[in-house]
Amino acid sequence: MLGLLWLIPLLPLLGFLVLATTGSRLSQPQVAGIGVGSVGLAALLASLVAWSFLTASPPGAAYAQTLWTWMAIAGFRPTVGLYLDALSLVMILVVTGVGLLIHLYAAEFMQPECCAPQLPRQFGAGEGYSRFFAYMNLFVGAMLTLVLADNLLLLYLGWEGVGLCSYLLIGFWYLEPANGRAARKAFLVTRLGDTAMAIGLFLLLTTLGTLDIQALMQRAAWTWPAGAGVATAAAALLLGGAVGKSAQLPLYTWLPDAMAGPTPVSALIHAATMVTAGVYLIARLHVLFTLAPAVQTTVAVIGALTLLLAGCSALVQRDIKRVLAYSTISQVGYMFLALGVGAWSAAIFHLMTHACFKALLFLAAGAVILGLHHEHNIFRMGGLWRRLPLAFITFLIGSASLAGLPLVTAGFYSKDLILWQTWASAQGSHWLWAAGVVGALLTALYSFRLVFRVFFGRLATPVSATPRWRIRLVLVLLALLSLVAGWLEVPETFSYLWSDSPTIFRHRTLFTDVLQTALPAPRVVTTSLKTELTMQMITGAVALGGILLAAIVFLRRPRAASEANQPAWWQAVYRLWFAGWGLDWLYDRGLVQPFVWLARANRDDVVDALYTGIARLSQRANRLLSQTQTGQVRWYAASMAAGAVLTVALVVFL
Amino acid sequence: MTAIAMEHGLCLASILFALGLIGLLVRRNVLFMLIAIEVMLNAAGLAFVVAGSRWAQADGQAMFMFILAMAAAEVAVGLALILQMSQQFKTLDSDAASSMRG
Repeated sequence: MLGLLWLIPLLPLLGFLVLATTGSRLSQPQVAGIGVGSVGLAALLASLVAWSFLTASPPGAAYAQTLWTWMAIAGFRPTVGLYLDALSLVMILVVTGVGLLIHLYAAEFMQPECCAPQLPRQFGAGEGYSRFFAYMNLFVGAMLTLVLADNLLLLYLGWEGVGLCSYLLIGFWYLEPANGRAARKAFLVTRLGDTAMAIGLFLLLTTLGTLDIQALMQRAAWTWPAGAGVATAAAALLLGGAVGKSAQLPLYTWLPDAMAGPTPVSALIHAATMVTAGVYLIARLHVLFTLAPAVQTTVAVIGALTLLLAGCSALVQRDIKRVLAYSTISQVGYMFLALGVGAWSAAIFHLMTHACFKALLFLAAGAVILGLHHEHNIFRMGGLWRRLPLAFITFLIGSASLAGLPLVTAGFYSKDLILWQTWASAQGSHWLWAAGVVGALLTALYSFRLVFRVFFGRLATPVSATPRWRIRLVLVLLALLSLVAGWLEVPETFSYLWSDSPTIFRHRTLFTDVLQTALPAPRVVTTSLKTELTMQMITGAVALGGILLAAIVFLRRPRAASEANQPAWWQAVYRLWFAGWGLDWLYDRGLVQPFVWLARANRDDVVDALYTGIARLSQRANRLLSQTQTGQVRWYAASMAAGAVLTVALVVFL
Repeated sequence: MTAIAMEHGLCLASILFALGLIGLLVRRNVLFMLIAIEVMLNAAGLAFVVAGSRWAQADGQAMFMFILAMAAAEVAVGLALILQMSQQFKTLDSDAASSMRG
């Protein structure tokens, strides 16, 4: 069964090819069948592969499949090869599983009658539908290539492929100029990180002579001592790529604008899968990052800062999707925090649960947006829980999971694991832990601010459409996943909660056990169960307190919480947070405007002045000399005679 | 037979050449310009013959034969061009045919 691994990325790519070439001639059900079917088959294959991988683990707990040699130049032989270990197994399950559900949702959501006003009419109603599924299939194929690649060059191909699809899908409704701007911004900002990453790859290739990930990690561990300069440089450059792709400080500005794309795109690309590619990259190259402790600490600090800053920004946004975008940035910050303290599997665990509940939140928000005629402003929503009960319940489950409601939600288990390991790990610190806890409070606040604003209070906009069966099915499935995915990894303390002997409720760490073959466990300093239990109490209390605070502020007295009734200093803070801490303003002033000024100053090509000068001189000489071409034969004869006389005179007299 | 001094012969040749050149430059009728060129060619031929007789060499006369043959060919081409020109422009004025002005 493992031999069929190559089909998993191939199927979505085939789907893309078929849709891209014949999409405009197919009917809508056919397009949906191909688009959803290819990802569905890939998901089926992925689960079969997972089954055989887990039941009969291949030697070394990894399965490599080399398809062909990509190129062979002077000892540099990158292959097109797939590498399946526990880490990439989790990733393909997340990508194909969540991808399948979102494709199914999009088959309903993207129908022209649902979003007709935003699609270009000149190509007919069906044009956008097949184009959408072609891009989405290409994205899934590229993402699977990224996570299955056995060398960094192929990984980079997938990395750029998902970037391209992200660009194409953000600008999907291209008649709106703002969407095109958002797409360009996302492309350029992530390209900034990708350039750093490419340089990092060159550095690794020239110093270690290979890009094959396993060989690379072995050689790096042999050749470089911990803290070596080259290792630090390479890790820092790769971190640049991860920061750009995963929308972390200081490059997170593109993600809120990326919400210009259709909602399923935001759910799949900008929440569940692509933005977590940076987390995957760091986890995949954890040996390198372990060799560069300074960079790893930077990862943790970036994660902690990002989760705090983005959490504050999420608290004041008005657009429902922008709240979720900042929330995504903040949650990916948690993953970076975990990576930075060496809690590799905790980061991947949070990646998985986050993929479930954030996709659920986006899709439920999509159902609300669809029901309200593309209304994004949460201040024009309200009282929807009676009108859209399913969207309400699923959104509530997603928000609870995001906030980390203790015991019943997946988000609690993953976030608790991250926070506990941040406290306990040798590389962690109590400051980072405190940042994580404050972030948890912010998370609970902004997620339930959404719930109370959108679903409670006065009915502000009438509901025009209720979701149909495909949307409902997907919402229910994702809600179930958001509830039960956490049971894969139950903290150790829980086995003692009901009984003194740990044998009855066995300490279940299914997820870490599987991942242990690929990712090492963190070096833990304190392992007292009592401390862990206290920490869990604090985390749970913070989440509950945040929800309670949100209820008090946003449910009991929404008037007092509105912006206009606040003191001036609070309004200034509000504006700062609303603008995402002014990073956009900073980049605009610091980079974009000087560049535009330079471009305008150089409009006449200052550098080319010398060359255009030469060209202009020749032109002038040409015009001067062409005056002598009178067309009169006698004039020519006279000049010839004069020339002859002159020549003879020169010969005679000189 | 008394030999003519070379200086006289060369003087005559240069006078003829100058006359031909002046004729070429001042006349606007292409037919007369062709005749002027003939005069110049014959001036050159005369210079050859005078020089040949001065050094008692046959080369000068051989060269004159060449010039005659070349002049005949030139006249053939030249007359054909003049014919064409008179048909195209309905005139023999050389200044009228100045459409190649730069």
